[in-house]
Amino acid sequence: MKRVQFSSPTLPYLFLLPQMAVIFIFFYWPSVQAVKSSFFLEDPFGFGSSFVGFDNYKGILESAEYRSIAGFTAIFTALVTFFSLSLGLLLAVKADAVIRGSSAYKTVLISVYAIAPPVAGLIGMMFFDQHIGPFVRFAALFGWDMKIGLNYFDTAFAMVVVSVWKQIPYNFIFFLSGLQGIPVSVREAAALDCRSGFRRFWTVILPLLAPTAFFLFVINVTYSLFDTFGIVDVMVKDKAANNPITLVYKVYMDGFRGNDLGGSSAQSVILMIVVFVLTVFQFRFLERRVHYN
Amino acid sequence: MYRLKITDHIILLLGVFVMMAPVVVAFFTSTHEAAEIHRNGLTLRWGNHFVETYNAVLNREGGFTGQVTGMRMLMNSLILGIGFAVGKIVLSMLAAYAIVYFRFRLGTLFFWMIFTTLLLPLEVRILPSYEVMHQLHLINTYTGLIVPLLASATGTFFFRQFFKSIPDELLEAARIDGAGPIKFFFDVIVPLSKTMVAAIFIIMFVYGWNQYLWPMLMTNDESFYTLVRGIKQILLVWVGAQIPDYNEAFAIAILAMLPPVIIVVVFQRWFIKGLTESDK
Repeated sequence: MKRVQFSSPTLPYLFLLPQMAVIFIFFYWPSVQAVKSSFFLEDPFGFGSSFVGFDNYKGILESAEYRSIAGFTAIFTALVTFFSLSLGLLLAVKADAVIRGSSAYKTVLISVYAIAPPVAGLIGMMFFDQHIGPFVRFAALFGWDMKIGLNYFDTAFAMVVVSVWKQIPYNFIFFLSGLQGIPVSVREAAALDCRSGFRRFWTVILPLLAPTAFFLFVINVTYSLFDTFGIVDVMVKDKAANNPITLVYKVYMDGFRGNDLGGSSAQSVILMIVVFVLTVFQFRFLERRVHYN
Repeated sequence: MYRLKITDHIILLLGVFVMMAPVVVAFFTSTHEAAEIHRNGLTLRWGNHFVETYNAVLNREGGFTGQVTGMRMLMNSLILGIGFAVGKIVLSMLAAYAIVYFRFRLGTLFFWMIFTTLLLPLEVRILPSYEVMHQLHLINTYTGLIVPLLASATGTFFFRQFFKSIPDELLEAARIDGAGPIKFFFDVIVPLSKTMVAAIFIIMFVYGWNQYLWPMLMTNDESFYTLVRGIKQILLVWVGAQIPDYNEAFAIAILAMLPPVIIVVVFQRWFIKGLTESDK
């Protein structure tokens, strides 16, 4: 904090008022509401609600459907995080290594960042389309009869591909700026000590990138869990029946299509706990194991 | 230590191809007629129906009410993007200024209350948020579209970080000259923050423009649809169509991505600066 500060009985509150008002009305109120209604069973016709304790939670955690969606979400998150991080890192390392054309590569690679997930999903849908999709034709060459939107595995495959594609630029930007933050003197010293470029990367560059990688890990997990909603929605088009969906999509389906206020709220609270654990994990556990300079 | 390495360029070119090809193909395909696309698949050739398709998407009155045009959706997207970015900057600059430059009792408490919003993304509290908006009669309003999205701390943290890096001497000098908190804010802090404001504006504009879930819940009146929201409508019409309007779907996708992509590319340096410095 600052050594010198203003003091005034009213001004700081006045400056904070707009932000706090918005946060109270649109963050705390709904969040408290979510926790509250997760303990109630809402009458589907709107005639009041009755307190059911942890029944909503029990119902969710015992449901085989919810478990399989949770399982899919976990695998989906792991795949998207792994591939988008590693491809982003690969491209960043290469863009950092070349001199000629480096800014052109950079411009092109980051531009996809600005594309909204559902727009990415729409373009992906076309590439995986039954009639016009080149990917479907390509897969057919190997005897893979791809049916997006009908076959569980195929849809999941397309969702992972599109989600990774959309997230690569973000990881690329951060890895590149992390790489460019490594002092030239460190690189030169490493180059003198070790001739193998690959070993230099593993033993010197990668540990120095660890804070960036760690930060990106958490961001990518959050992205896979929440921001992919648009991609999932475009790909399954409200017909979740046989298709893989993520937990957030399930909250949406149960709340808005199924009108199950209590169940949807309980799922929200479960997700809140997941995010909360993730954040604590970020601050407590992982940060200690990365090197800072 | 630098040599021209062919493999590096090959990998980068492959990366560029993978990232850009879908977008380029989408654009070229959008210039063909739907039936042609249905017959021949995606293409990299120019199709002579560019004006026709884009004119139809932008100006034809469509939707269930027969009143919403692509232009209208474009305008709504702009309102959402700009409104969100401006709102975010104003709210978070004021709040961060109070937290960094004032000594007051509840300062820490407020800081933590703002910090907590980072823990829960909007997606996990959609249903209760919708209920609250319903009670406040904010469904199908621009206020309902924009203001709830402002309830997160990202911008506040960005400005807090930046204000802390401003040398203390400035404040000391200002106080010796007799400047009060409001004068100091407008005469020193605001001019100093120009680059930061530009950077965060770009990030927030893109974020606001690209919103999908929230506009989907908040608007069922088509005159409030944004371009990104409109994609859902296109897909709903598709179900059951003989030959889907591939060309128009691609055209909408191109229109929906063009403004944010242009802004990110043109203001690249500010954008990267804002992104990498605010999130850390």
